Amino acid sequence: MKALHMIRKFLPVIKKFLPVIITSAFLAWLVLSLVMPEKDNGYNTNAFGRLPVLANGRIKPLDTVARTSLLILHGKEAISDDTGHALKPIEWLMDVLMRPANADKYKAFLIDNPDVLGLFRWNQSQGRYYSFAELEPFLDEIEQQTKLADDVASSSRNLFQREILKLRDRIILYNQLKNSFHNDESVDFSDEIATFQKAVETGRKAFNDQAAGKPFNKDDLGLLSEFFSRYQFLARMGVIRPVPRPNQQDWKTAGDSLMETIQTGTIDPSIVAYALMATAYRAQNVPEFNQAVSNYRDSLETNFAGYLKRTDYESGFNHFEPFYKCIILYVCIFLLALISWLVWPDVFGKAAFWLLMLTFVVHTTGLISRMWIQGRPPVTNLYSSAIFVGWAACLLCIVLERIHRNGIGSLTAATMGFTTLLIAHHLSFEGDTMEMLRAVLDTNFWLATHVVAVTLGYASTFLAGFLAIVYVVRGVFTQSLDKATAKSLNNMVYGIVCFATLFSFVGTILGGIWADQSWGRFWGFDPKENGALLIVIWNAIILHARWGGFIRERGLMNMAMFGNIVTSFSWFGVNMLGAGLHSYGFMDHAPFWLEAFDVYQLALIVVGLLPPRMWRSFTIA
Amino acid sequence: MDKLFTRIVKPLTSLKLTIVCLSLAMVLVFIGTLAQQNMDAFYAQKKYFDTCFVLWTPRGTHWQIPVFPGGYLLGSVFLVNLIAAHAVRFKLSWKKSGIFLAHSGLILLLVGGLFTALWSRESQMVIEQGKTKNYAESFKDIELAIIDRSNADHDVVVSIPESLLVKKQPIQNPALPFTVRPAGFFENARLDMRKPDALSQSPVTKGMGVRMDVTSLPATTRPEEENYPATYVELLTPAGSLGTWLVWASPFGESLPAQTVAVDGKTYEIQLRLKRYYKPYQIHLTNLTHEIYAGTDIPKNFASQIRLSDLERHEDRDILIYMNHPLRYRGETFYQYQTLAGDKFTVLEVVRNPSWLLPYISCSLIALGLVTQFGMHLVNFTKRRMA
Repeated sequence: MKALHMIRKFLPVIKKFLPVIITSAFLAWLVLSLVMPEKDNGYNTNAFGRLPVLANGRIKPLDTVARTSLLILHGKEAISDDTGHALKPIEWLMDVLMRPANADKYKAFLIDNPDVLGLFRWNQSQGRYYSFAELEPFLDEIEQQTKLADDVASSSRNLFQREILKLRDRIILYNQLKNSFHNDESVDFSDEIATFQKAVETGRKAFNDQAAGKPFNKDDLGLLSEFFSRYQFLARMGVIRPVPRPNQQDWKTAGDSLMETIQTGTIDPSIVAYALMATAYRAQNVPEFNQAVSNYRDSLETNFAGYLKRTDYESGFNHFEPFYKCIILYVCIFLLALISWLVWPDVFGKAAFWLLMLTFVVHTTGLISRMWIQGRPPVTNLYSSAIFVGWAACLLCIVLERIHRNGIGSLTAATMGFTTLLIAHHLSFEGDTMEMLRAVLDTNFWLATHVVAVTLGYASTFLAGFLAIVYVVRGVFTQSLDKATAKSLNNMVYGIVCFATLFSFVGTILGGIWADQSWGRFWGFDPKENGALLIVIWNAIILHARWGGFIRERGLMNMAMFGNIVTSFSWFGVNMLGAGLHSYGFMDHAPFWLEAFDVYQLALIVVGLLPPRMWRSFTIA
Repeated sequence: MDKLFTRIVKPLTSLKLTIVCLSLAMVLVFIGTLAQQNMDAFYAQKKYFDTCFVLWTPRGTHWQIPVFPGGYLLGSVFLVNLIAAHAVRFKLSWKKSGIFLAHSGLILLLVGGLFTALWSRESQMVIEQGKTKNYAESFKDIELAIIDRSNADHDVVVSIPESLLVKKQPIQNPALPFTVRPAGFFENARLDMRKPDALSQSPVTKGMGVRMDVTSLPATTRPEEENYPATYVELLTPAGSLGTWLVWASPFGESLPAQTVAVDGKTYEIQLRLKRYYKPYQIHLTNLTHEIYAGTDIPKNFASQIRLSDLERHEDRDILIYMNHPLRYRGETFYQYQTLAGDKFTVLEVVRNPSWLLPYISCSLIALGLVTQFGMHLVNFTKRRMA
């Protein structure tokens, strides 16, 4: 009795402070994960992960190479060694680069296609992850199968053929990684390059003697040519380019740099440094490894301070994982907004909104970080468009929620933020999400104007559709859609459709101007152009139908939901038409998800078309 | 008069017609996009957009049944609808100035689209490194060229377009001492050397085609395939036939020895080739660069260093054409497109479009109109909320 009394007494206080408490708790979580140093296993893995290398055309920290490679091979960043001990991505990469025999035993390869598993007489109950050592006996078989698959045109390959080619590519990538610092069978790299240095001196003497017609030492010449072919192989394999060049984007692979040594006679200091690290790591000599990493890092400060600033920031960004955190936050906002419609609308509505503001800050930070690291406007590929659509929707929802204060903005922001970031997460399996841009796209002006405007068009058309879903679901299945809420949703959808018309139109036009500048034609009925045009036309139809009085509130909602289908077609659908072009990774499954999404929208439209007497909200006496 | 108005003009001004047009346009754009899965964009545009009706040919027939309105028809109806609505229904007021601006822009955009379809021409110029060219070529259209090279400073070329080759009517030209009779045209053909002992059914009596068999193939519109047209051509003089030749267009056409005919001591070359557009100036490809990002095969830039020599206009200068930086010259624009054959050739796209400015004007009008109109909505909405 007393307890109840106490609760009743403190209820207003609890109500008052609950939003603050909830938001502060999440804020504390974010700040802690930002300032808490990453644990390491004695080796200074964090410092090693921050070292800059060039890979896929971009200078990035080794940590990024580790994460993207793992996503491609393994489908996720979490992996464990052969004893089941969890490894960070960079720890896994250290083993691949410098202790490959150990890494061969880790189950790094994701194989979930039953036909591919069947090829090796494995079945799905044995799991989805396999090590290189387990695959090694089947390499010939895999090569034979890929030869067969390679002959089939990419658009007509079946699932098995696509999967076996994917496995082949993964094995190639793995072997390239293993041969990026030194040849994968090398035992002591420092020792090896010391021998090499001597062999260069004696071998060059022998070569000069031979050229001058004097007697020469055949063994010396033979040894040098052995090294030559060894490093030629390394140069061909290396996918990471660790040897920096001042003021140049053209960094060298270890193999190229060592082949240059044959001409210059000196080994590049960065090769010496990596050799020290490799030898120490192989010998499990922690202090020496850490010393070598820190010495190398110091040596880079003179010429490469600019790159280091970016790569340090990027590995911090990787560690903080802002978009992953946003996914969690959006789920919490969704729950809070939902609760606010059941109990204490003021308290939970406020909590949801404040948390939304906090999440928006994190989302924005992630977006701006990517822009700074890449030196590009926000949208450069499909992945970044998903991030941006979520961000823009979130921003618009904040504005809507400020105006209407009924939790709808928060709930919709949460749904769209969550969905788009989930899509982005799945798109990241294709590799580095900050890939380089093909020649014709390489212009920041058009990326900043046309691409941003079109993506805003996508975001706002989706937003109108999602708001309409809220209207229909609440109206048909609950009694909570009162007149005021319905009217405010009507205003929101109409306003957002206007916004969407403007931005998708301006974006499409800017695209036309870009095309005119680059190719001499304003419009060419290219699938992506057509996709954007469809959104413009659909939004125009909605507006004219409303102005002409052909539709009212429910009609507006149903048409807005159809906008989701139109937008999903032009965002993803047209990319799938160029069969084979993007048909790997996520895009294999994407047609299924796209169809599922469209069917779901159609089902909602059918629900929305039900006569008003079947809407629970409209039948309350 | 009133009856005429209500029966004919009124429906043309109606908003319902607008919505019908827009909806049909959506369907058309959608199917025109899907079609590009199996069809080259060039043909898809022809079939769905640059046409009054989308035609359907049932399998095994030559019928052409209109099944859906094409881009031209929809565009025209929409244009009439817009103009009629403005003329009859709209009353200009400040409140509607945004709508008015946007719609006038739209009218201009449609008109501009029509002009572009009528007057613009796209072609390409493929130049080998170190070589000079004075013509661009069509992407798909071909011509039968009969060339008299007897003049020291210029060639005389008689060009016969595909449309005449199909008809099989004899063709005369004052520059030629003979009549040209097209004797069978293949839109897409495969040529094989005839086995020594095989019987010939071909009408060819002269030239390289004597030992060849022609197999007619269905014309393809698929994006990754190309048509290789061929034609029989008979040359006639009042004295009788000079013979029948087989000529064909192939990507290696220029490397083959030319087929010739000698009449009255003059030699004429006969070629089937991509239609050429000759220029009164020359372009020499001095240097070609194709940069890639280190460690990838992603192209970073294509650039052509060219020398433009125009005797008529006293121009002789070096020019760099690269991605997003075209050359504009004599009403045409030269864009860097790609490189071919291991960066030995540059491909420049050459576009002539006299109405290129219209979309810029119309789009500015529409954008301005939309901003005005939606801006007014927003202001009103905020005012109402404040009140």
